Amino acid sequence: MADTGVDKKRRRFLIGATSAVGAVGVGAIAVPFIGSLTPSARALAAGAPVEVDIDKVEAGQLIRVIWRGKPVWVVNRTDEMLTALPTVNPKLKDPTSLASIQPEYATNENRSRKDQYLIMVGICTHLGCSPTYRPEVAAADLGADWVGGFYCPCHGSRFDLAGRVIKGSPAGTNMTVPPHYYKTDSLIRIGEDGVAA
Amino acid sequence: MKLKSLKLLLATLTLGLATAFPVANAAGSSVELKDAQVDLDNKLSMARGAKYYANYCMGCHSLKFSRYNRVATDLGLDDESIKSIIFTRDEDDVMSKSGSLMISAIPSKDAANWFGTAPPDLSLVARSRKSGDWIYSYLTSFYKDDSRPFGVNNLVFENVGMPHVLQELQGMQELEVHDDGHGHVTKTLKLAEPGKMSVGEFDQLAKDLTNFLVYVGEPAQLHRTYYGILTLLFLFVFFIVAYLLKKEFWKDIH
Amino acid sequence: MNGLLNWIDARFPLTDTWNKHIAEYYAPKNFNFFYFFGSLAMLVLVLQIVTGVFLTMHYKPDIELAFASVEHIMRDVPGGWFIRYMHSTGASMFFIVVYLHMFRGLIYGSFKGPRELVWLIGMLIYLALMAEAFMGYMLPWGQMSFWGAQVIINLFNTIPYVGEIVSQTIRGDFVISDPTLNRFFAFHVIAVPLILVGLVFVHIVALHQVGSNNPDGVDIKQHKDENGIPLDGIPFHPYYTVKDIVGVVGFFIVFFAILFFMPEGGGYFLEYPNFEPANPLKTPEHIAPVWYFTPFYTVLRAVPDPFLGTLAMFAAIAVLFVLPWLDKNPIKSIRYRNKAHYINLVWFCVAFVVLGVLGVKAVTPFLGELGIRCTQVYFLFFAVTHAHSRPMKVNYVVWFAVLFGITIIWDLTRYADLSGESVAIFWQLLTVPFVYLLSTLILPMFVSSFNKEKEVPTRVTG
Repeated sequence: MADTGVDKKRRRFLIGATSAVGAVGVGAIAVPFIGSLTPSARALAAGAPVEVDIDKVEAGQLIRVIWRGKPVWVVNRTDEMLTALPTVNPKLKDPTSLASIQPEYATNENRSRKDQYLIMVGICTHLGCSPTYRPEVAAADLGADWVGGFYCPCHGSRFDLAGRVIKGSPAGTNMTVPPHYYKTDSLIRIGEDGVAA
Repeated sequence: MKLKSLKLLLATLTLGLATAFPVANAAGSSVELKDAQVDLDNKLSMARGAKYYANYCMGCHSLKFSRYNRVATDLGLDDESIKSIIFTRDEDDVMSKSGSLMISAIPSKDAANWFGTAPPDLSLVARSRKSGDWIYSYLTSFYKDDSRPFGVNNLVFENVGMPHVLQELQGMQELEVHDDGHGHVTKTLKLAEPGKMSVGEFDQLAKDLTNFLVYVGEPAQLHRTYYGILTLLFLFVFFIVAYLLKKEFWKDIH
Repeated sequence: MNGLLNWIDARFPLTDTWNKHIAEYYAPKNFNFFYFFGSLAMLVLVLQIVTGVFLTMHYKPDIELAFASVEHIMRDVPGGWFIRYMHSTGASMFFIVVYLHMFRGLIYGSFKGPRELVWLIGMLIYLALMAEAFMGYMLPWGQMSFWGAQVIINLFNTIPYVGEIVSQTIRGDFVISDPTLNRFFAFHVIAVPLILVGLVFVHIVALHQVGSNNPDGVDIKQHKDENGIPLDGIPFHPYYTVKDIVGVVGFFIVFFAILFFMPEGGGYFLEYPNFEPANPLKTPEHIAPVWYFTPFYTVLRAVPDPFLGTLAMFAAIAVLFVLPWLDKNPIKSIRYRNKAHYINLVWFCVAFVVLGVLGVKAVTPFLGELGIRCTQVYFLFFAVTHAHSRPMKVNYVVWFAVLFGITIIWDLTRYADLSGESVAIFWQLLTVPFVYLLSTLILPMFVSSFNKEKEVPTRVTG
């Protein structure tokens, strides 16, 4: 078109202004659309922290709860179980859990906040099967040196009673400890770290 | 034949359509509804309504699309007060969590046996009944009628299958029929035996419940108009800039 | 940048396409308000597709889950209510925009040669849009979703001999049920949108082949400069792009005002009974189709025989297809046609709107009769339009006699069934088609200023 008498500066400014305002509009309208892709209230409710009453868990017993669709184990470990734990150390891939996932307050030999109770995501770190609880010492199928632990039926990974993986297993790291805290002495809340321990 | 007259014609037609013919009342009741004066800015009223609902209604009527924690956040209830209205248990028989849906305590099959029809879910009652007026009028229109199984009837919802749950609070009303002799019949209700609450207190309770149910019908409406104002302000600015741009370019056209 | 463009242009006609359809597409410079609605219709189509995709991520086409999944979107999904309201408001806005777009075509004669094909494709888009809207309205699985679909699908029952089989095939069941919902979902989210997008593409290609009409109805290609550019044409970009931005923002002001402040559209965009889950055992007290279908719904009700009623309804849409061959008047724009034509169009629009209003009302003897009368005007319009093709040569008396005669014959078939109050209303409202034909066929005969056409300018005005 004819360029005569055209205020080019004004045009450029108005094009810039309209584009900028338009971009703000497009950005604003994108917010709810992207938001709709994030977890809904239903997903959040399903993934909300769960509370477990541990009063009724007998010594040596394992109970399962569901948190975020995954099995979480609560094991009331006996004194014998706890004293047996260090004896397994030489056979472990990662005895101090340096390469494994657990909250800071569970980065210890027993991998727990309180020694007695093991709180752990019951999923094998190999390919996601859920191992079975085998507390019996020297079980016939697991060998004379078995001091109790978890055995994964899928590919034979073995873990001790702190969820630490035993050498020779296909799994590479120890099982995961979820965030949790003791709301009272007998009530655990899984899914939140709570106040610093 | 000018554009103006055509636009005028269009505008008149649309306006006429929208104003002269309101949609038929979905409730279909012949009784005039009372104005509930719904106020969604009054969070205290809605929060009281939530508690009344949990105490008096939720035994039978679920709010199965609504979640406890959403109600708590929207109405400014704290953790403890929302816990106090959770009475129900989830399918796996653990106490409902704060993120749970607000299902009712009785299985609907049992309820259908007791009342002849399953008590409906009320998540959307304020929307399907068009506004809060119906709820408010319904709650305040129970009257004594010994011919009914529960001994009560309702002006707004004739032969309703629901007992007068709030009788303890409201007391019992009686129906008075006035015939002016020209076939014009008016029905009014008179409080026959008072309940625990005064008339004013009970009226406020009905309004609280109504406010709460209107909110539950569409939780988004608490924030919707706020976003609306922001959006429109933005668009007005956009319009001015776009119009200036258009004017600038159209200077070329003669 | 240039290198990339060259690379693409060697493999795909990007610059060519841009020039042909945008930068060097010469549109008449005198477009007015009504010329916003073409681009706006395309904008709404895009909005519906985008919001639809996001809704599909959360919606469940299962009669046990559908209603709850919509409420899940409204409450649990972050931003879900906004997306859902955009889609529901968009549906109604789509029809508002399309009706205004068609109205524009009607008054400025855009359907006439050489744009007959543009009009025909546009009518197909309108049909596809109605199918799309109808099936979409079923998805929330509320009371109106169910009973609206029940009524519409049962129309096919009225087809002699095969009706039952046809309606069962549409439903996939003996009643409206899960398979019906599931297939409507498939059509609504995949099949019909694909057809719509394809048709819109063809609509625009066909338009750009012949060029845009304008409010004066003159052909801008008759007068070109030495470079072959129409003297009254301006490149679509930048002039109409910057103008359409203004239109789009103006449209959004209306759109978002409805969305944020009255998303139910006063019960017209989202009907109140549809907030109750579908219940096959309980019909709502008052069933009305969504507003954009109501004119045709009234036509349906105007004819008592179910099958003939259905035919009349489809005829009311079908007759629009042949408009280019009914209106043979060489003058396109209403600006230069005679006053009788103007009156004719006003009658048509009023009849259409009244038909629409009647469609949401319960039938009373008066409103029922009014519906029949407006239906008569609706159909007579097309005949009168044909009569106005050659206003100086036409024999108005014969046309009047024939058309009024046909009206009377229709009336005779139903007069015997009338009684009491209805008879009085019948005679009272017989004035509607009578005055209509009088004002469009007899008036121009006696008052010459009503029959006189104006001279069409050779170039666009203003």
